[in-house]
Amino acid sequence: MQQIFNFIFKNSTRILFLLLLSISLLLTIQSHSYHKSRIISSANFLTGGVYEKINSITEYLNLKEENDALAIENARLKSILFNTKDTTTIKKPDNLKGVLPDDIVVSKVIHNSYNVHENFLTLNSGSNDGVKTDMGVINSLGIIGIVDRTSPKYSTVVSILNTKSQINAKIKKSNHFGSLTWNGKNTGFVQLVDVPRLAEVRKGDTIVTGGQSVIFPEGINIGTIYKIYKEEETNYYVLDIKLFNDMTNLGHVYIIKSKDRDEVNNLEKGNIKDE
Amino acid sequence: MNSTLLVNIFRFILLLALQIIIFNNMNFLGFIMPLPYILFIILYPVNSNKPTLIISSFLLGLIMDLFSNSGGIHTTACLILAYYRPYLFKFAFGVSYEYQTIKLNESLTPERFSFILLAVVIHHFTLFILEAFQVTFILDILIRTLLSTIFTIISCIIIIYLIKPNKR
Repeated sequence: MQQIFNFIFKNSTRILFLLLLSISLLLTIQSHSYHKSRIISSANFLTGGVYEKINSITEYLNLKEENDALAIENARLKSILFNTKDTTTIKKPDNLKGVLPDDIVVSKVIHNSYNVHENFLTLNSGSNDGVKTDMGVINSLGIIGIVDRTSPKYSTVVSILNTKSQINAKIKKSNHFGSLTWNGKNTGFVQLVDVPRLAEVRKGDTIVTGGQSVIFPEGINIGTIYKIYKEEETNYYVLDIKLFNDMTNLGHVYIIKSKDRDEVNNLEKGNIKDE
Repeated sequence: MNSTLLVNIFRFILLLALQIIIFNNMNFLGFIMPLPYILFIILYPVNSNKPTLIISSFLLGLIMDLFSNSGGIHTTACLILAYYRPYLFKFAFGVSYEYQTIKLNESLTPERFSFILLAVVIHHFTLFILEAFQVTFILDILIRTLLSTIFTIISCIIIIYLIKPNKR
């Protein structure tokens, strides 16, 4: 017994180090494992609060660009409004398929990272505003990411600039599907992989979200085809997509809840049970 | 005695605040980010007890991870740097480092510079390996380590000179 205590006393620093190292390695590995949200995230009142304070100062620097973007969006919506033939039945300007107006939460990016391989955003609305995990996040130009974790007032978002993110997308013209990933290199471009060879792809074609996932409604802009590669082993195309969004400069965003989501999820759960 | 403790607590908070408010928003070429918060571990008094340093480095890394949504990569890198710091001292200043009173925030001699360089390289290399977590990114890891090391050292030296107490 005495020797055990002696051993522990002698190596107390090393034991402490190994203990803490195993905790931190566990956190690291846990954060890298797919489909598991991390324990440590910036969706809590401490980091969220600090980021909100910082953002309230720095947002003045981007006020001009933010105003320009809003003015352009306003003009677009006005043009839709004025060009409708029958003005008595005004269509909802932003009628995304399967989304009701009250399913959209307006939020603001209070922290944005884009310099590592797995990037996350922090938004200033959380479960109090009805935000839940796996909701889609977009802005006026295109998609941004998927909600990862929420706290009462804040939430984190897996950016599309994250090597672990995979989003169903299609070519607008031909309806060929692929999945949207990021190779971790350039913040202006993402990759659309697993596009079948049969698909007619041309440089400049628009890529939109596909209808196969319940996270995003169909037809939200992503970007245009910039470069086309052929994968020799698999006979699939890999497309470099130039994003409409500047992911390094984000302001206001919309969090959308698909109307059909719960229904589809329940259906799929039921199917699994039946099998 | 107590003044050292206070200075260290102050340094801990100040460096974290600097890192989060200013340096986290610096992105040269889109991916180079200086990380001068590890100055806390580098400047920690040489002869003070090790468990305190290890625990405080753990907390330092954990707070950084909270703010950057990065799992445990800063924590691991900080812990490894804190644990191997005595070996780095031995390497840079010779075996008898414990008997000298090394004050890093005096003039920059080659020994001090080599110590800071080694510490930053060890920290950054661990950090970027854990951040990428894939062998295919090895070239990327090396480039990031090299470039970020340069910028971290520059910012560290600037901070050291700024907080140096003026005398004589």
